[in-house]
Amino acid sequence: MSEILLQIDGKEVKAKEGMTVLEAARSVEISIPTLCHHEKLEPYGACRICVVEIDGRGRSNLAAACVTPVAEGLVVRTRSEKVDKTRRILLELFLAHAPDSPILKDLAQEYGADKDRFAKEASFCILCGLCVRYCAEVAKKNAIGFIERGASREISFIPQIVSQECRKCKGCFSLCPTEALQAAYHLTEALTFPLSSCEPESEK
Amino acid sequence: MPRINSPGELEKFRKDLISKKNPDKPCIAICTGTGCLALGAANVVTAFKEEIKKQGLQNKFDVVEIRETGCPGFCERGPLLVIYPLEVCYLQVQPGDAEEIISQTILAKKVIDRLLYVDPVTGEKIVHESEIPFYKHQVRNLIGNNIKIDPKSIEDYLAVGGYSALAKVLFHATPEQVTETVKNSGLRGRGGAGFSTGKKWEFARNSAEKIKYVIVNADEGDPGAFMDRALLEGNPHAVLEGLTIGAYAIGSHEGYIYVRQEYPLAVENVGIAIRQAEEYGFLGKNIFGSGFDFTTKVHQGAGAFVCGEETALLRSLEGKPGEPKPRPPYPAEKGLWDKPTNINNVETWANIPLIINKGAEFFTSIGTAGSKGTKIFSLVGKVNNTGLVEVPMGITLRDIIYEIGGGIPKGKKFKAVQTGGPSGGCIPEEYLDIKVDFDELGKVGAIMGSGGMIVMDEDTCMVDVARYFLNFLFGESCGKCSPCREGIRQMLKILTNITEGRGKDGDIELLEELCAATRDASLCALGGTAPNPVLNTIRFFRNEYEAHIKEKRCPSFSCKELIAYYIDPEKCQACMICLRKCPAEAIIGGKNRIHVIAQEKCTKCGTCFEVCPSRFGAVKRLSGELVPSPIPEEARTIVRENRK
Repeated sequence: MSEILLQIDGKEVKAKEGMTVLEAARSVEISIPTLCHHEKLEPYGACRICVVEIDGRGRSNLAAACVTPVAEGLVVRTRSEKVDKTRRILLELFLAHAPDSPILKDLAQEYGADKDRFAKEASFCILCGLCVRYCAEVAKKNAIGFIERGASREISFIPQIVSQECRKCKGCFSLCPTEALQAAYHLTEALTFPLSSCEPESEK
Repeated sequence: MPRINSPGELEKFRKDLISKKNPDKPCIAICTGTGCLALGAANVVTAFKEEIKKQGLQNKFDVVEIRETGCPGFCERGPLLVIYPLEVCYLQVQPGDAEEIISQTILAKKVIDRLLYVDPVTGEKIVHESEIPFYKHQVRNLIGNNIKIDPKSIEDYLAVGGYSALAKVLFHATPEQVTETVKNSGLRGRGGAGFSTGKKWEFARNSAEKIKYVIVNADEGDPGAFMDRALLEGNPHAVLEGLTIGAYAIGSHEGYIYVRQEYPLAVENVGIAIRQAEEYGFLGKNIFGSGFDFTTKVHQGAGAFVCGEETALLRSLEGKPGEPKPRPPYPAEKGLWDKPTNINNVETWANIPLIINKGAEFFTSIGTAGSKGTKIFSLVGKVNNTGLVEVPMGITLRDIIYEIGGGIPKGKKFKAVQTGGPSGGCIPEEYLDIKVDFDELGKVGAIMGSGGMIVMDEDTCMVDVARYFLNFLFGESCGKCSPCREGIRQMLKILTNITEGRGKDGDIELLEELCAATRDASLCALGGTAPNPVLNTIRFFRNEYEAHIKEKRCPSFSCKELIAYYIDPEKCQACMICLRKCPAEAIIGGKNRIHVIAQEKCTKCGTCFEVCPSRFGAVKRLSGELVPSPIPEEARTIVRENRK
């Protein structure tokens, strides 16, 4: 593995080939916010909250730090007017779905995002895909997936698999940044096992 | 079926084919592309076949031949046919015309005047296809062959010189030389991004992996665009030949044609073409006896616009959901099943045999400094001659719309031309003289895209146009990354509010902010370019946005929530025309009773406005103002002087 030198926020950073910009930044304690990223999961690059400004070829572009590989001589800025503005508006878009999510509220404070900028949406889910990818990559059960596309996209449990697997796992629960997942899970469980969902909480 | 084992055999076979054909034998080439089929071309073909039998000509050698061809482009006037060798072009042909055409034009060599193109300005009738203004200003290097060949016949393609480019590269050029020729030709990807095709090939060629793939992107999804469909339906062998040449240059032995399933005729014709090419030995093992192997398969897309994006296309081909992946790594390094892959658009591939046959210099002699060759556009919307046009790069928009397209129908005023599909931009009148190439269009905030060109007249509301395209993208975004999914969702909401009279101060600024975030932060080009229709209409038509927001007025009288129809009681002659035509029965009145529109029933379809005789001009369109209250019942009777 060859060593790669890049610059993040003015700091010279040594990274290994194959690392992402996010990993390189975190290795030197530069924090970049993430929502859809998780160390145990393959990089996904969907929430885009980790966008950073990268200079190259005479112009600067925004790139998602979690999926951008490090390269020799890369100049990265993790905070800039453009980065902050983009993160702020992304947060405002997420807050239209989940105005009470603690993670989003903290980030909203940092970036000055207004939770009421956009009209509220019906679903709490911000489609970060952590649950879907955890179930596919770590639990290897594929009990939950995405359905539909575009603005109609949502997560959905597959009852046949849920009835076999989910009760003993629930590994995805703690990953959800907006708690929309539990709602979807309980809905499926209630539909699949109309009686068992009435069991006392302690048995679950 | 002959298998052709060397370039020599190919040339001999071609010579035999041509010598067997009598150039004087009349041939009726009938377009059976999707457009003409929809207009009834299949019935026309049947009528001709029956007529030939009826007149007892089917067994007489050298009397007439019927050829079912692909689309030559003039869809506006279909079903159309060209009679060779006279090159007589008949438009809007009906099955009932077959008898007359056979007896008059074929047997008596007389031209039928009423089926000819009539120049709308001079009134002159034009006999020959190439003299019709729609065709005269085009340079039809690619689609020009469509009317000359039956796409289901490989022999027709061979007769016009087909597969000679493939034979040439396999025996007379190294893969490096082929790549170099394509690079020197300056060919840029016709799918939209305009990246140098030769460089793209070089990246894939330089990958050390043994297995590589080449792919034809025929997932044409822009609303109103059908260039690739016409090529794949009308001349599938040209695309296959280009693909095979590319495979040789890159070092690939396996290819895929990713075509949307909404193009059944393209799927059918390219399938037939592959089978024929395999039988002749132009595909498969040991092509032309050169030792080079290449096979290709057709894969049908399942109807997702985003699968035209190359990384989403690859995932779809792998059997996964069609969602884009971040680049790098580019497909040239890690593409299909992580192997180096080269994807080009149908039109790009179709240009390859031409470049090989005529040389890079020929190709660079056409076009502008940065964009070479010709480009096919689908010219649609409010323009007299809709259809497919192939023009040299560097032609002005004005020439395309007025010289080829014949201007705007019904004497209306031109407002804008939208290029580049849903993520393109609208170009106003003042920029009509810019040269059409990849770079110039970008300067006015539009894009070349794959070649969609929608002309809009004064009745088109530009805010509504932006809303229309965003609504398309709203359903076609894959939904993976948030700036695209959520940004488009909110932009569409704001635009809908504006067109329905709920626009607020600050909406334009909010749209601009959303546009910037969506453009800068999205994962793929769909999100990256999705704000274009919004940004571009704000840039050139900001006054329309402001009229909608501030005055609740639609200057084009197009947004139904913001307009009303009203009958001027001073002008109404109680002629009953609008009253009878109103589909909503919203007009109250009668003989000698001034008509009044019941606003609560009115669906704002505009029928009354259109049918009111112009000498009365009693129906008015209102926007941004109150509808005057109807005149009292007792004042509605018209007392006519002369009938007293």
